[in-house]
Amino acid sequence: MALMRYAEALRLAMAEEMERDPSVFICGEEVGQYQGTFRVTEGLMQRFGRDRVVDTPISEIGIAGMATGAAMAGLRPIAEFMTWSFALSAMDQIVNHAAKITYMSGGRIQCPVVFRGPAGTGNQLSAQHSQSLEAWFMHVPGLKVAMPATAADAKGLLKYAIRDPNPVIFMEHAGLYSQRGEVPEDPDFVIPFGQAAIVREGTDVTLVAYSHMVSTCLKAAVSLHDMGISAEVIDLRTLTPLDMDTVLASVAKTHRAVVTQEEWLNVGAAAEIAARIGEMGFDDLDAPVLRVGGADVPMPYAKKLESAAIPNEQDVIAAALRVTD
Amino acid sequence: MAKLTLDPRDTSTDTQELLGMYRLMVRVRRFEESLYRRYREGKIGGYLHRYDGEEALVAGVVPLLRRDDYILCTYRDHGHAISCGVPMREVMAELYGRVGGCAAGKGGSMHLIGPEYGFLGGDGIVGGPVPVALGVGYAIKMRGGDQVCACYFGDGAINQGGVHESMNMAALYGVPVLFILENNGYAMGTAVERSTRQPDMVAKAAAHGIAGEQIDAMDAQVVREAASRIIGSMRTTHEPYFLEARCYRYVGHGVADNAQQQRFYREEDEIEQWKRRDPLLSTRARLVELGALGEADEKALEAEVEAEIAEAVAFAEQSPEPPLDSLYENVFTESMGV
Repeated sequence: MALMRYAEALRLAMAEEMERDPSVFICGEEVGQYQGTFRVTEGLMQRFGRDRVVDTPISEIGIAGMATGAAMAGLRPIAEFMTWSFALSAMDQIVNHAAKITYMSGGRIQCPVVFRGPAGTGNQLSAQHSQSLEAWFMHVPGLKVAMPATAADAKGLLKYAIRDPNPVIFMEHAGLYSQRGEVPEDPDFVIPFGQAAIVREGTDVTLVAYSHMVSTCLKAAVSLHDMGISAEVIDLRTLTPLDMDTVLASVAKTHRAVVTQEEWLNVGAAAEIAARIGEMGFDDLDAPVLRVGGADVPMPYAKKLESAAIPNEQDVIAAALRVTD
Repeated sequence: MAKLTLDPRDTSTDTQELLGMYRLMVRVRRFEESLYRRYREGKIGGYLHRYDGEEALVAGVVPLLRRDDYILCTYRDHGHAISCGVPMREVMAELYGRVGGCAAGKGGSMHLIGPEYGFLGGDGIVGGPVPVALGVGYAIKMRGGDQVCACYFGDGAINQGGVHESMNMAALYGVPVLFILENNGYAMGTAVERSTRQPDMVAKAAAHGIAGEQIDAMDAQVVREAASRIIGSMRTTHEPYFLEARCYRYVGHGVADNAQQQRFYREEDEIEQWKRRDPLLSTRARLVELGALGEADEKALEAEVEAEIAEAVAFAEQSPEPPLDSLYENVFTESMGV
């Protein structure tokens, strides 16, 4: 184990996989000479050369197509989007090409590509740079979606994403890049997709989270504990595949669930998860499943308004109190 | 007299090359001509885009490519699939939506595929294959081979942003992508001059630092000569190249673009003018002149192609529909041994 930042863990994952497999390469804006907008790819071009850490022009369609085509031809590309907000230009390549080629070809073509970059809200980045769009990708058959909450998971999930033979949407959280955690140094350490983690055990209510909302829910669980409520916190780690077994087993124990997300509440990941709890775990429920999410507005710049738009610990506590009332 | 039943990739003598191209063009043309009837009968569904008139563009290029080269194209892809070597029966079965189709019935007309022939498929999105071709070209570059990636796209695609992003990046990195612009004059019903103030396509490529030329793609020999020179050169330079192929589509954009619809955007006389320069006619005339194609040979060829189509139809008709339990198969590739 080594103590490192989330961003360093991502870098280590890529460096180890590039060492292990010569078909892995990175392409994106400012990934090489500039050493990464968020320093995630720091030192990698110097170590692996310009052909394997490729600086691109600001051309998201080109970046996504370059990665998709190289994957179809047998390489394992990692395309970095400077932020997921900028990936919107590349939606046709991701959704109509990378996600569908395996199915459209009757399984004859594989597309082992990773699209990664920061998502998430905060830091007064306002409407075009502060958002979380995982539900868009979760909606598309053929894409896997991973959103790590810790440094260890960042490493283990990214290594798995690179080795997976399918297109993976890997959403990092800009607000987590500097968070430190213990990370296994074993180069064979991978975290398979579809395995949620119970990050705090509890008996009264299940708090379902992923990415930055995991720490928010853990903080809420501490406060709830002081109020006499025992909250179990689940980190989904991946949204596709979605580990409903772990969620349902927890709900069978607590009989109450609050599903949290940072993205807009309307038609978000939490809506899907809440619906599945309702469909598959209805008999276990003692209260309606509640959702906690962002305000359905373009992210405002003003600090006070921004704070009101991003779900926080108090929102989670309020929902937990409602279902346990 | 040279043998007619040539492997489409066999290139020994000039006459044999011509015969090979002629045979391939006849196969593609007759295949396309056979489709509308089956569409009207309800045997084929979805969108259906025929290649009639543009055959020289595949016949003059694809036989020059090796099996380890790559080909991508548009949704007007039947001719490309057949030229690459995908058996006609598998193309027909795919149009029928049958399990024996080249994509097991999951792709349809716009998504024909043949990875073992280097054919990475048709693409239903205008401009869509071009960014993918950039990546395929980059894979060739990273592996250090002398392969090329031929990417066909239409004159409608030249106005898509992703095409220009990809051409810029292909030139920047120096990747061996042959950009083949199938300029048939119309993006659906929109004439080139109604979509751009700069109809000089070679100039557009030059703006990205890509060398290119315009050729008359109604003449198979012209296409072949250009392609031979260009592909040969690309195998040593590994640089991209741009080929604006001037051609014409005889039939509508798709099934719905019937004669009545086409009157909104082109004159019947224009179609007839282009048909006088038909690539099959000119190639045949050359072969007759060379004494390489007699009446009996032609009859034999037509009969052979008719039999191939009949066999393809019989295969498609007999091929079962995909089983219902295959609905969820191939959404993902199994993640074994990760």
